[in-house]
Amino acid sequence: MAIDELAFTPLQSLVGGVLIGSAAVLLLVLLGRIAGISGIVGGLLKWRPDELGWRLAFVFGIALAPVLFGLIASPPSVEISAGNPLLIVAGLLVGFGARLGSGCTSGHGVCGLARLSRRSLVATLVFMATAFLTQFLR
Amino acid sequence: MTRTVIAFLVGLLFGIGLLVSGMANPQKVLGFFNVHHWDPSLALVMAGAIGVALPGFALAGRLDKSVFGEALQLPKARHIDRPLIVGSALFGFGWGLAGICPGPALVLSGAGEFKGMLFMLSMLCGMIIFEKVAAGPTART
Repeated sequence: MAIDELAFTPLQSLVGGVLIGSAAVLLLVLLGRIAGISGIVGGLLKWRPDELGWRLAFVFGIALAPVLFGLIASPPSVEISAGNPLLIVAGLLVGFGARLGSGCTSGHGVCGLARLSRRSLVATLVFMATAFLTQFLR
Repeated sequence: MTRTVIAFLVGLLFGIGLLVSGMANPQKVLGFFNVHHWDPSLALVMAGAIGVALPGFALAGRLDKSVFGEALQLPKARHIDRPLIVGSALFGFGWGLAGICPGPALVLSGAGEFKGMLFMLSMLCGMIIFEKVAAGPTART
């Protein structure tokens, strides 16, 4: 295993991580909710009128981040190598799997690990392992 | 109203975190899973996020209520069960194929990337399928 020195961005990634962690803490302290994106998006698909407002606002906040970020700095370049059929399959797996497994990278990988949840540790190890395996076998 | 504005601003901070960290770029995420040319950036994103959230959540856990007066809604499940393992495995499979998870799917859609929107729509379909076929016996929020 060789580290790709050109691609590695330790400082930006650490700072970005701190922002993500801060958002997760703020959501819990201010609104009492866990910042699990798949749970919040999945919750929109159920009829819960009292939960609809904050969930929609949070989701729109994330989606508008590139637009507002683009006003002050040049937005980072994005490359999606997967073709359309692969994206459809991947999207179905990510949506179904995250709901069945009660969480994704944010809910289990950040919030759950930070809460020292054994369930989240197992979930994170499993999805990291299958993601590595998927790339390795391709 | 205040709750809505706060949720929006916190979401915005989360999204900016994804952009700054590089995790909104699927190719960079896939670099973490590439054993030949390994880009360890994702590990640092998690280290930064957990480094803040670990003490933050520990302190928040002492609160009786959130600042806006609601009970803290923390997951109560403790058991390691089949849905957790199977669901996480399927999620990891999809994540490893495209390098996109739910947060970046929202950022890419908002950025107007067609492929991001296609992924987002499929992801929503996957969630709807879960609600229709699997949510019954394992329902939890």
